[in-house]
Amino acid sequence: MANRNGKTGLRDRIKETNDKLWSSQVVGAILRPGSPFKQGYSDSPRNRSYVVMNNVLYHLHPVKVKRHAVKLSYTLCLGGLSFFLFIHLTITGIFLMFYYTPTAELAYVNIQELSTDIAFGSLVRNMHRWGAHLMVLSVFLHMSRVFYHGAYKPPREFNWVIGVVLLFLTLLLSFSGYLLPWDQLALWAVTVGTNMAGFVPVVGDQVKFVLLADVEVSAAGLLRFYVLHVLFFPFIIVIFMSIHFWRVRKDGGISGPL
Amino acid sequence: MVDIPESLLRRSAEAKAKALGVPVEQVLAEMKGEGPAVEVPQAEIVEEAPFPDEQSRSEPPAEQVDDPVEEAPPSTEEVVEEVVAASPSSDDEAFPSAAAEVEERGPVAVEDKPEDSPTAEDHGTDNAKVAGLVSPRPSVPPTGLPDGVRTQRLLTVVKARAIQDVKPEPQDKVNTWPHLMLVEFGALLAITALLVIMAVVIHSPLLDPANFNATPNPSKAPWYFLGLQELLSYFDPQIAGVTVPTIVGIIGFMMVPFVDRNPSTRPSDRKFAILLYSIFISGAATLTILGVLFRGRGFNFSYPWKDGIFFDDLKDWVDFE
Ligand code: HEM
Repeated sequence: MANRNGKTGLRDRIKETNDKLWSSQVVGAILRPGSPFKQGYSDSPRNRSYVVMNNVLYHLHPVKVKRHAVKLSYTLCLGGLSFFLFIHLTITGIFLMFYYTPTAELAYVNIQELSTDIAFGSLVRNMHRWGAHLMVLSVFLHMSRVFYHGAYKPPREFNWVIGVVLLFLTLLLSFSGYLLPWDQLALWAVTVGTNMAGFVPVVGDQVKFVLLADVEVSAAGLLRFYVLHVLFFPFIIVIFMSIHFWRVRKDGGISGPL
Repeated sequence: MVDIPESLLRRSAEAKAKALGVPVEQVLAEMKGEGPAVEVPQAEIVEEAPFPDEQSRSEPPAEQVDDPVEEAPPSTEEVVEEVVAASPSSDDEAFPSAAAEVEERGPVAVEDKPEDSPTAEDHGTDNAKVAGLVSPRPSVPPTGLPDGVRTQRLLTVVKARAIQDVKPEPQDKVNTWPHLMLVEFGALLAITALLVIMAVVIHSPLLDPANFNATPNPSKAPWYFLGLQELLSYFDPQIAGVTVPTIVGIIGFMMVPFVDRNPSTRPSDRKFAILLYSIFISGAATLTILGVLFRGRGFNFSYPWKDGIFFDDLKDWVDFE
């Protein structure tokens, strides 16, 4: 299209490029047929379905949910919040990992640098720490809401069991992170905590040794807690979360109104 | 006609053109309503009429629709049209997990997909719908077609039992987008805002470097274990450190659904369960608060207003001393 000077205007050229891009084979390969990103979104029941159906979201949500399930007052969004907090913790945790070394010499210094020298270091560290506390809280509250709704009753018994594992893993994640600043608070809180594990009959000392890589908290324990914290427990919890979400859907969406 | 995605339309047109032996463009034009109708020896592309019971199922009764924004779910005509459009090639293109669902449930509706109905009650209805969907198709194969070309396919085999199970129970459902996802998005924003504010206002503690030779007094576990530590100060460690958390905490909690056999979810029917859980919560909260606020030097009982608070997690925020 030409403007009155006989040249193609910038706006037209942008529009042209845009159209070409969206009808290109590459975009066509990325987006599913019927994706609202491709054909534009106008509000219609069909498009509302397409938003979920032609999207990776389909792994998490069905196209339709029970009407009462979207009321904030039913779930208080607590399960969702636990999940969001986990995502937050993953993102802020990756940031912290860039600056942290899990050795007795450097750990404390690194945290000090994070709190003083590094841009946004203090903010991100605080977000990570308070996010972790909030997650313990929100998982616990989520469990309570599920209990009070009797939402663990058939067919949801198994998801409750998975949930207990998730609670346990959340505590372990938080606890293993607690040691990493390697200050007096970390050292002695973890000492008290692992001593409790040592009271387990028969295997207590072994459990403690596996956690700490030593009989007491030590530099080896610091490395062990670090690996458990940034790799092992997140890996396991993601697996259990996937099962948890899958079962929420397969058990018929969230439980009915009371 | 509803807007069927171009690619689906095209595929459908190709299949039809192949079956009828006419050019693709002609069929495509006809499908888009731009060209003359294609001469068909025997009409086998069937425009299905909606079935009365589906109609009532997919549109919730008027009195249930209390949300004015809410629209009726995608109507059955649309759905059926889509099945027809897609069927000559492959269904799972149009319905990503239709094939998977078929595997899982045995005989199942292709049509059921856009509603995604995982509940058991729905199956009967779906099967009934398929029965309706399949039967009106011509049962005599059209003649005069090239070899190897089929214009109908068996969608599913419907077991007799499944038909008898029909329970046309209307479910009051809403679209995930926008109704659920906007709520979730709001929650995400809210929790992010809360975290940022907390992170700006409250600083994380960083005490002196770890020193194996200087045991702080008192030494406290992280707050979520402080209830246990509190218990430890009353009972033999074998009881507080082991029996309580592992047996009650983990095994006991996992067994809840198998111990509580009462099928009702009404609060008035579960007074005992609710009472037990409430006792558990208040107990845990009391122990934790005692551990956080009321334990001072030597983990001895102390009054926060007299002796100060010994809780280093919040040390850099509030100066207790
Ligand atoms: C990391 C921890 C957890 C995450 C991310 C999580 C996430 C979720 C989500 C998103 C839901 C959907 C409904 C809702 O939001 O309430 C849900 C439901 C459920 N959760 Fe969790 N959950 C966690 C821990 C737990 C725990 C500790 C329990 C119980 C011990 C539990 C038991 C259940 C049950 C039984 C349901 C089905 C509830 C219903 O149908 O109403 N979950 N969970």
